Amino acid sequence: MNIVVLVKQVPDTWSERKLTDADHTLDREAADAVLDEINERAVEEALRIKEAQGGEVTVVSMGPDRATDAIRKALSMGADKAVHVSDEALHGSDAVQTARVLAKAIGTVEGYDLILAGNEATDGRAGAVPAMIAELLGLPQLTQARKVSFDGSTVTVERETEEGLTTVQASLPAVVSVTEKINEPRYPSFKGIMAAKKKPVNTVTVADLGIDAGEVGLAGALTTVLEAAPKPPRTAGERVEDDGTGGTKIAEYLVGQKLI
Amino acid sequence: MPAQRLLPSTEAEDLIALVREIARDELAPKTAEAEAHERFPREVFRLLGKSGLLALPYPERFGGGAQPYEVYLQALEEIASAWMSVAVGVSVHVMSCYPLATFGTDEQRERWLADLLAGDLLGAYALSESHAGSDAAALATRAVRDSDDYLVTGTKAWTTHGGVADFYTVMVRTSDDGARGITCLLVDGGTPGISAAPPERKMGLTGSVTAQVHFDGVRVPVARRIGEEGEGLKIALSALDSGRLGIAACAVGLAQAALDEAVAYARQRTQFGRPIIEFQGLEFLLADMAAAVESARATYLEAARRRDRGLPFRRQASIAKLVATDTAMRVTTDAVQVLGGAGYTRDFPVERYMREAKVLQIFEGTNQIQRMVIARDLRNG
Ligand SMILES: Cc1cc2nc3c(=O)[nH]c(=O)nc-3n(C[C@H](O)[C@H](O)[C@H](O)COP(=O)(O)OP(=O)(O)OC[C@H]3O[C@@H](n4cnc5c(N)ncnc54)[C@H](O)[C@@H]3O)c2cc1C
Repeated sequence: MNIVVLVKQVPDTWSERKLTDADHTLDREAADAVLDEINERAVEEALRIKEAQGGEVTVVSMGPDRATDAIRKALSMGADKAVHVSDEALHGSDAVQTARVLAKAIGTVEGYDLILAGNEATDGRAGAVPAMIAELLGLPQLTQARKVSFDGSTVTVERETEEGLTTVQASLPAVVSVTEKINEPRYPSFKGIMAAKKKPVNTVTVADLGIDAGEVGLAGALTTVLEAAPKPPRTAGERVEDDGTGGTKIAEYLVGQKLI
Repeated sequence: MPAQRLLPSTEAEDLIALVREIARDELAPKTAEAEAHERFPREVFRLLGKSGLLALPYPERFGGGAQPYEVYLQALEEIASAWMSVAVGVSVHVMSCYPLATFGTDEQRERWLADLLAGDLLGAYALSESHAGSDAAALATRAVRDSDDYLVTGTKAWTTHGGVADFYTVMVRTSDDGARGITCLLVDGGTPGISAAPPERKMGLTGSVTAQVHFDGVRVPVARRIGEEGEGLKIALSALDSGRLGIAACAVGLAQAALDEAVAYARQRTQFGRPIIEFQGLEFLLADMAAAVESARATYLEAARRRDRGLPFRRQASIAKLVATDTAMRVTTDAVQVLGGAGYTRDFPVERYMREAKVLQIFEGTNQIQRMVIARDLRNG
């Protein structure tokens, strides 16, 4: 089975993340950049499928030059090759534009059976790109997968959302997005790191994909961020002294916050 | 703040990123607990082995990472910042592979090296005996020839991984000709006649096993002799030159962890209405700690680069071991000072760092012995 995995470089959740003052886009200089953890899981799932069924795993990423670090991480885990869409014009692209570009980039990969992605990136958290790509490519979408299995050319997914668990099925090719329950990603080995250097990475511009640069980027985005403010510092919180009624007081507080 | 490193290649950068990730997610969360319960974390070595981190400075052909010491040591330093006992274990394992990798015949390397480097096995380096510490040439463990085998009898002391190792690189006596009567053997840990005493009860490094290992008529094929009879001490000292660089890197990693802990604490602890980091008395102490850590790092990297270029580096390795381990002792002691009463409790890691630092001044040649090595080199010109 030939699998495309969509990966994104995001600011490390371990470092402080912020937006630039100028245009409210991500301040990529402010934080260490890493391969999004949800994408590590998508890559892991692709590798497990490949190990079971054979085939090839191609990672596709859109991002600035330094996204090559995230791509190399996926390759060092064991993916076979990569397509990197890198273009100044993409700065500030929104979810719809991103989906269009990625759909075109996926089109350069021959004979894929499955497109895997994380259900939402830890930075933008739009959670819409995989579904949009399925729409653009005319493929079935199976989102929020916590388990994926195959029977011939049928893919079955356990889909887990706040509403509950559903089992959905589609015929391949299809787009599947995974949640953090899907698996525990492997660490690359140093051998994998050395092998990654020799794996092919096809770097393309939007023009190479037949997209007009005017259609992408901040200026042409359908959504605009007007204002951004840092999260207020944490307040002291409320202290409950347990005089025997502590449990009740905590329960009342949680009810008041509509948490239970 | 993680150490800022100038690395020679993208693969080295990716390697350090991988080591940091493993150290942060797999090592650091387990360290305090395992050290408190004196538990040897064999499974952590398996993970490191699987990731290729137990074989970094050895040839790719035998499954190694083909990394220069400049890179291997910085990876080791990162491990030490998260878990000293594990870093020392990695350094000892790497050292125990060195005699075969460097002095073994092609045939011996073909036969055993890939297994030693594959990541499943853990090695030990057995030189010291209870009456032969600094004076290692006084060792008395005997190997007597019996047709195609040696029969080894005696007791090795202080062996890191004693009793848990899969193989032992052992220095034995094959003749009474003093320093020239010593021979190096690569012994399978499962050979009948090998047994270990209960581990030493140590002040620190409690997650690492240190034990006497008894050899009672242990039959070792002559094919497992590394080098010729009588070359053992030369091989052992050569291994120690590289091993000392490993200990220097471990020391810098430990000192860095202590510095980071001290800075983080000093930023958030307030007295007299201000964070204590704003008091010059403490600020200068922290600045001196940072200066010492970075100087020690520069010192071991300089020695490593000489090694990587094939230049003599014995004096530089001894200087690096001396400077880095004395630095670790001072910086960890000062870190306890910065944390005040909290630093003296087991609720914070700095008292453990201080206990761990002490042994670095003692093993792989005490710091008095390092000064002897340095001075001998000066004398000989
Ligand atoms: C935790 C731990 C792990 C170890 N792991 C290993 C291992 O894996 N393999 C191994 O072979 N060994 C190992 N050792 C042994 C270690 O290398 C020795 O402890 C060390 O070489 C010192 O020997 P000693 O303890 O006999 O001290 P001694 O040699 O008795 O030294 C006692 C004191 O005398 C000083 N001294 C001795 N000779 C001189 C001199 N000529 N001039 C000035 N001062 C001198 C020393 O510096 C020291 O201060 C380990 C030790 C420890 C504590």
